[in-house]
Order: sequence, then C-alpha cells, then structure tokens
Amino acid sequence: MEAFFAMGKYAAYVWPAYGISLLGLGLAIGFTLSAYARAKKRLAALESGK
Amino acid sequence: MASIFEFANPKRFMNLSGAVLPWLAVVCVLSLGAGLYLGFTAPPDYQQGDTVKIMFIHVPAAWVAMMCYGLMAVASLLGLVNRHPLADVAAKTAAPLGAVFTALALITGSLWGKPMWGAYWVWDARLTSFLLLLFLYLGYIALWNAIEDETRAARAAAILALVGVVNLPIIEFSVDWWNTLHQGESIIRSGGPLIAGVFLWPLGLMAVGYTTLFFTLWMIRIRTEIIERRIRALQLGIA
Amino acid sequence: MNPFSAVLFRDMRLATRAGGSAALALAFFAAVATLVPLGVGSDLHLLSRIAGGVLWIAAVLAALLSLDRLFQSDFEDGSLDLIALSPLPLESMSFAKIAAHWLTTGLPLTLLSPLLGVLFGLPPAGYAPLVLSLAIGTPAVSAIGAIGAALTLSIRRGGLILPFIVLPLLAPAVIFGSGAVLGVLDGLSNGAFWLLGAFSLVAVLLAPFACAAAVRLNLAG
Repeated sequence: MEAFFAMGKYAAYVWPAYGISLLGLGLAIGFTLSAYARAKKRLAALESGK
Repeated sequence: MASIFEFANPKRFMNLSGAVLPWLAVVCVLSLGAGLYLGFTAPPDYQQGDTVKIMFIHVPAAWVAMMCYGLMAVASLLGLVNRHPLADVAAKTAAPLGAVFTALALITGSLWGKPMWGAYWVWDARLTSFLLLLFLYLGYIALWNAIEDETRAARAAAILALVGVVNLPIIEFSVDWWNTLHQGESIIRSGGPLIAGVFLWPLGLMAVGYTTLFFTLWMIRIRTEIIERRIRALQLGIA
Repeated sequence: MNPFSAVLFRDMRLATRAGGSAALALAFFAAVATLVPLGVGSDLHLLSRIAGGVLWIAAVLAALLSLDRLFQSDFEDGSLDLIALSPLPLESMSFAKIAAHWLTTGLPLTLLSPLLGVLFGLPPAGYAPLVLSLAIGTPAVSAIGAIGAALTLSIRRGGLILPFIVLPLLAPAVIFGSGAVLGVLDGLSNGAFWLLGAFSLVAVLLAPFACAAAVRLNLAG
C-alpha cells in the first residue's frame, strides 16, 4: 500500500496531477449540475405560478 | 443533413438528450472506473516510471480540449450559415468546458514534465500550443460576454471561432517549427511509439471516459441554456 | 475618385493628421523598445540576440494599439451605415481599411526599425532580415487585427478585449518574423521568410471576408 502511494518516488507529481484533475472536473460537474437544477426549479415555479 | 436539422429543433433536442443522457453518464462512469483501475494497476514504464500514470489523464484532457474546439467551430458554422439558435447555444456552452479541459491538459502536462525536464514549464511545442489554445478559448468567452445583444454576440463569437479554427493548425505548425529552432525534441508525445500495450487499455478507457464526460456536461449545459431561454420568454410574456 | 481609394485615402488622412493614430503607434513602438533594455539590462550581447523578437513584439503591440478604432469611429458616427449602402462591397471597404492601417502604421514601423536595431546593437547582417520580415509580416498583423477590430466595434471598451482575442492568432507572425532574423544571424536557412510570406498572404486574402461578415452582423438589426 505504501508503495502504491509513493508512486515510485514520483508521488509529488502523480497525485497532484490527479488531484487537480479531480478538482477541475469536479468543479465543472458541480457548476453544470447546479445551474441545471436551478434553471429547472425556476421554470417549474414559473409554469405552476401562472 | 435532414437529421441535423431535426436534431436542432430545441424541443426534439430536449427529448433526445433526455433519453441519451443517462446512458452517456453510465458509460462515462464505467469507463472512468475501469480506466482508473487498470491505470493504477499497470506496471511502471521502463523509461518514465510511475509518471506514466499522468499520461492517462493528460492525453484524454488534451484530446477533449482539441475536439471541443473543433465541435465549437462546427456549431459556429451551423449557427452562422443556418442561423439556428441551438447551434449558437451549443457553441457558447462548449467554450467553458473546452477551457477547463485545456487548463487540465496544461497542468497535468507540466506536472508530467517536471520529473522529465527538471522544470515545471519548458517551452515544449505541445505545452506552448495548448497555452495558446487556452487563450483562444478565453478570448472567445470574453467576446461572448462583452456583447450584450445575444444574437450579435453569437455571430461575432462564431466568426472568431472560425478564424481560430483556420488559424489553429498554423499556430500548431509555427510552434513546432519554433520549437525545433530553439531546442530539441519534445518528450510528451501522444500516440508516439512509447505507448506499450499495457498502457493502451487504460489510456483508451480514460479517453472514452473523458469524451463521454464532456458530452454529458455539454448536453446538460445546452439543456440549461434552453430552459433559461424559455424562462426569459415566459417572463417577457408575463410582463 | 472610386469608392475604394476614397476609403483608403480618407482613413490615411485621419490616421496621419495631428494627434492621429499613426504618430502615436510609432511613438509607442519606440517607447516599448526603449523600455526593454531598462528591464533586462544593457548587455549588448544579450540585446543583439533578442532584438528581432523584441522589435517584433513591440511592432505587434503598437499596431494593435491603433487598431481598436479602425471600424469603431465609423460605426459610431454612422459612416459605416453609409458605406454599407454604397455600391462598395464591405469586403473591399475592409481591404481598403486594412491597407490604410498598414500604410500608416506597419510601413512606418518597418522603416523605423533599423534605428531601434542600432539601439539593440543588432549585428550588421541583421538589418536586412529585420526590415524584410517586418515588411512581409506586418500586413498580417493589420489584417488579423482588423478582424478583431470589426468583431469588437460595438463594444464600448473594445480596446481592452481586442488584444486578448487577436494576440494568440498572431503568434505565427511573431514566431516566423523573429525566427527569420535569428535564422540569418545564426547562418541557418530555415525558410522563415517563405512561411511568413505565406501566412501574411493568407491572412490578407481572407481577413476582408471575416471583417465584412463582422461588420454586417453589427449593422444588422
């Protein structure tokens, strides 16, 4: 397990690369989904409030 | 061509994308999961050691970043020529995603390069052209945001995207040319001979995962924009 | 006078009158080039190596500085509407404007560049390629810059966004232009002049169409 995290002495490059990719894609997914949910909610409110 | 126009009907797009989205998301999660598993269980490369694991996220991000610009240009062309609002929406919503993938390709590329070159940034041909690609994306987004009128913004941005897509191969070529003028060969090469069979599967799966992730997000963003336009239309109707 | 030369001469007159963009661009070019040695130090050996690149970047920046009003002032005072109604196609009008911009900024910058080359201790062999590369390459800067100017003509602070969208598109010009100078200094035949010439030709031929499309969309509705 330790060897896995050490990444053959390249841990300082491999894990940040995965971490930043996860962060970047996570943010993209988060923003996309939250905007989608917000838009759907507003449309539903508008349509029912008519 | 007929199929494109049918697809371009907003209502039909909502139905179609609604049906496709869950499947796309499932393929995305499965291929990313399998790709990550195979990637992390793959042996270290005899030359690059475990840094080869960065390739599994760098190359797919770079691929999606370029594909996205191409799709943006196609959508822009359809928007300009056929005046179809859905094409405009498609181009607009692709740009921020393209910028994210480009940024990720740059960061992972520089983290990959550090142990190889001894520096986080060297003016490697691939990294340099991706930096310029990032600026193209940001310029596109900035232009879109700077023009208030929606149709005008869409057309102006579309022209910029088309000029960009004509110029992009020239930029790539010039940067390659410049790179050989100033320094030696590039280390990072996608599709180069260094990809051994054990790495091909995780790389391919991650590429499928990144591509489907892009399409999933893109579709959701287009849907969001369509819904927002409907909201605006409804509000105008009420007021 | 035919309408093409009417636009050409009118734009040139506007640029060269007192306080016009031509003199400002030249002054800006010289000022940027002067700041570089102050920033990187006065080592003439270093300066002579980077002279081509620095002068190319200064030329691009100076050209961009004078580009943002290329279509905007005509758009604001309504003359663009009049030109659009005239028999002169917008493509030809754009070409005339690009030509006028080059004649009033690109060409003077090119002619001034040897003087700045002296300040950078450019070796004697470097002058001809410097002048030639600027002469070949600056039309591309005017042409691609004009696309940016046409796209941003309705934006009030278009001058800020213009360099941002145009600079990445101009990377090949800077690369081939400064590469041409370095190539001659290092005794390499790297084909930079041909590449620069091809880039410039394509840019000048295609830009009027993109400009005209951009002007059209801004005039419509």
